[in-house]
Amino acid sequence: MKARLYKLFTWCMVLCLAIPEFALAAGGGKIENIVIVADTRKFTGWEAWWTNLYNESHLYFALLTIVLIPTIGVIFGVFADFLMGFIGIDLKSRDLADH
Amino acid sequence: MEWLYVLMPIAGVKIFWPGLIILGVGVGIIGGFFGMGGAWMVTPGLNILGFPMAFAIGTDIAHMAGKSLISTMRHGKFGNVDYKLGLIMLVGTVVGFEIGAQMIMWLERLGSVEKVVRYLYIILLAFIAWMVFHDINVKKRKEAEMRAAGQDASQAVGVQWHKTFHAIKIPPMVHFNEAGIYCSAWLPIFVSFLTGWLAGILGIGGGLIRMPSLIYIVGCPTHVAVGTDLFEVAISGLYGAGTYTYKGRTELVAAVIMLIGASMGAQVGAVATKYIKGYGIRYAFGIAVVGCILSIITKLMAKGMNLPFLDDVSTAIVLVTVSSLSLYILLKFIAGCKKEVAMKAAKG
Repeated sequence: MKARLYKLFTWCMVLCLAIPEFALAAGGGKIENIVIVADTRKFTGWEAWWTNLYNESHLYFALLTIVLIPTIGVIFGVFADFLMGFIGIDLKSRDLADH
Repeated sequence: MEWLYVLMPIAGVKIFWPGLIILGVGVGIIGGFFGMGGAWMVTPGLNILGFPMAFAIGTDIAHMAGKSLISTMRHGKFGNVDYKLGLIMLVGTVVGFEIGAQMIMWLERLGSVEKVVRYLYIILLAFIAWMVFHDINVKKRKEAEMRAAGQDASQAVGVQWHKTFHAIKIPPMVHFNEAGIYCSAWLPIFVSFLTGWLAGILGIGGGLIRMPSLIYIVGCPTHVAVGTDLFEVAISGLYGAGTYTYKGRTELVAAVIMLIGASMGAQVGAVATKYIKGYGIRYAFGIAVVGCILSIITKLMAKGMNLPFLDDVSTAIVLVTVSSLSLYILLKFIAGCKKEVAMKAAKG
């Protein structure tokens, strides 16, 4: 009985994962979005490279975003951790979570 | 004072960069403390600084992903993140969000999207604010009764709707160790589907709705609700960052500047939860929600009564709410740190 219920649960989860495809199909067709082009004339050096990357490929720009954002977040977060640990704050435990 | 402004390469606008850091720090503290991404605070804030709305949303989501990730790591070390609960809820959140987003497109074709979203937002936020303050009132009443009966009033809790939901035993039943609850797996899935659907319709990360849902419906302790919610926000934020950047609506330079302040602020907010009890967090959360409601109502009045100055009032309400809450949390953090360091010095 337990095995059957687990099977049913798994099938329901698979169905839930398939629902977005039906929802997307009901979305009503493709529409044209506004395309923004960055003005590279005002920039030199790394800023020029940056804006050219954006203009040439949004995919690479998106991949760069997904890599950079967590990396920078972790670097500065760890720096804040180091500062708080240096001050003497216990960063590994807290009192029991109450309601 | 030219050096105080930086030209954004993608959006093509000049932005006051200290404003970005201040906004990042403030929202980082609040986000790390309440377990929210803070879209309802950051997006209007970025819009005021000069970003077009689409870039404000995309940039906000990008910085939110990084800030929520570091907050999740911090809360995880405190034992505040129930990863099992978070992963089970993720499925419902993604599905619900997608259905909500598609409903918006349907409402758009009917020409009713603004009306429905506006009023749904107010009704929902009013319900959340009522729920939080009603819970606090019930707890205070029970404390008074227990004191009168000579019992230990510190054991009093407010509303316990989650007990009703836990009594519904539809298999599979699951233990969530960090949250300390035993319930049907369908409960968090249903809750996450509902909150994801609402988030999809309202265009927000969902922390504002999911955090109180985890407390009042799933039955998590407040600290675990904060941490687990941040875990969800981190994942949905990363997905949102990728998708908005692919659509070309993220100003990554601004997101990085905000993230520098936000990632440090988020650590402060997360550590501050050590020094404030669960109900203190809920009370401050209720005030944040009331600030949000006032801001939206003012904005609606600006449109409905054709009074453009109310737009500025609405923005001012958001910024005042962000500043005062983050200052409150920072002061609690400093007071708590001083006490902890003094206790350590006394022991050592």
